[in-house]
Amino acid sequence: MTHLDNELGDLRNNLIEMFLLVQKQLRKSMQALEANDQNLAREVLFNERRVNAEELKIDRECENITALFNPVAIDLRFVFASFKINSHLESIGDSAKGISKCILESNSKFDPDLLRDLQLLKMYEIASSMIEDNMYALQHDDTNRARAVFNKDVQLDSINRDATGIIASYISKENAAVMPLLNMISIVRRIERVGDLSSNISEEIIFYVEAKVLKHEKEKS
Amino acid sequence: MSNIKKTSTKRQSEIVSAESTTAINEKLLGKNPSKPMKKIEIKNVHCWYGDFHVLRDIEMAVDPNTVTALIGPSGCGKTTFLRIFNRMNDLIEGFRLEGEVMIDKKDIFSRELRVNELRKKVGMVFQKPNPFPKSIFENVAYGLRVNGITNKKIIAETVEHSLKQSALWGEVKDKLHKNALGLSGGQQQRLCIARAIAIEPSIILMDEPTSALDPISNSKIEELIYDLKQKYTILIVTHNMQQAARVSDRTAFFYLGDLVEFDETKTIFTNPKNEKTQNYITGRFG
Repeated sequence: MTHLDNELGDLRNNLIEMFLLVQKQLRKSMQALEANDQNLAREVLFNERRVNAEELKIDRECENITALFNPVAIDLRFVFASFKINSHLESIGDSAKGISKCILESNSKFDPDLLRDLQLLKMYEIASSMIEDNMYALQHDDTNRARAVFNKDVQLDSINRDATGIIASYISKENAAVMPLLNMISIVRRIERVGDLSSNISEEIIFYVEAKVLKHEKEKS
Repeated sequence: MSNIKKTSTKRQSEIVSAESTTAINEKLLGKNPSKPMKKIEIKNVHCWYGDFHVLRDIEMAVDPNTVTALIGPSGCGKTTFLRIFNRMNDLIEGFRLEGEVMIDKKDIFSRELRVNELRKKVGMVFQKPNPFPKSIFENVAYGLRVNGITNKKIIAETVEHSLKQSALWGEVKDKLHKNALGLSGGQQQRLCIARAIAIEPSIILMDEPTSALDPISNSKIEELIYDLKQKYTILIVTHNMQQAARVSDRTAFFYLGDLVEFDETKTIFTNPKNEKTQNYITGRFG
């Protein structure tokens, strides 16, 4: 085990911690949504500072490894990929924060029928499993697992597309409370965004392991 | 009407000049100008020191005006490979070579070729700076005098030009007749480069030219290599991976006498094809 191996190992462990942290943030924001738990939503906002601090820590690690060890080949790709994955994870954290803000703004429980029609919990489960897939893929250099994320993103996109029509039909009902519905569309978009960010993370893992650039490719899997 | 005539005459001259450019390119570079003639071509080269098979079945082609880095762990054969091109290995007892080594399409091991002529064409810079115990001026002029040049003006001009090319002129122009051994290590190495280029070789071989130098001298030599490739084809043996990455266009990785991988330096250092290359450049063996 070289000194560089140890540094890269630490970087990988810190990224896994970041995965776990943003996954927890997303889970709490969804629990807050389901139960209209304002305190839990506030906790997500408070913990966002930890996500930001972790992001800065990993950025600094990438910078130090590049400057001090001059990594090349697969090591260089790993550091580059980590740098970008870190940024995508922080954005997933932002999505959880955005969901929590919507909950606090609405200040009342969302209509359970609307949650069901929008398949919001299904969306969350897919998004969460995408984070799980990427975490496993990074831990085990498993690009098949990373590729599984692309199909799940297609499912999320499809649910997201249907959401606009569903929300529109709720808004057109008599005496509809518009603000919670607008907040709800914002929540759907944020979960869909988690899917996009997870796809980006998968691309980075594939770049690191296989040296293949999938960015902007239509056929990824 | 006269305008049309003028234009057409101008166009005709453009066509003629375009044709002649193509003709010149074809003459200089072969039929396809996008594929310039290789400066060095090596086919099926094997080398032995007595019974020890030091290089096995090496094939390589080097473009003119490029820098090729030769990397690999100690004892892999990279210095032996470098010394093929000025036939310095011939001086080692028991050395034997099989295969074809061509420089500018000429076999450098043919009976007709005179080794002294070859060494005029292929200069060499060694690991440790080795100036002669003479003045700075005489060090650079030495090769010219050995080659029978006696015209003082030509010698003085060549010395100045070579020292300028090796980025040393500014530092030594006022002390040309001082002993070269009084220069710093980095200056001595640049003086050796000036001495090598004074006789106008077309290839420069460098065997770990900066391994004995401080970081400032090191970076000056690297900048110099970058400038020199406009005029020369350079092969450099280095143990410094970052140096290979910085200065070379292509990199060859040798391991236990085999040429494991030879590719664009960018490819070698970002996505090497061979696992051994990857393990070596990432410092996991060697």
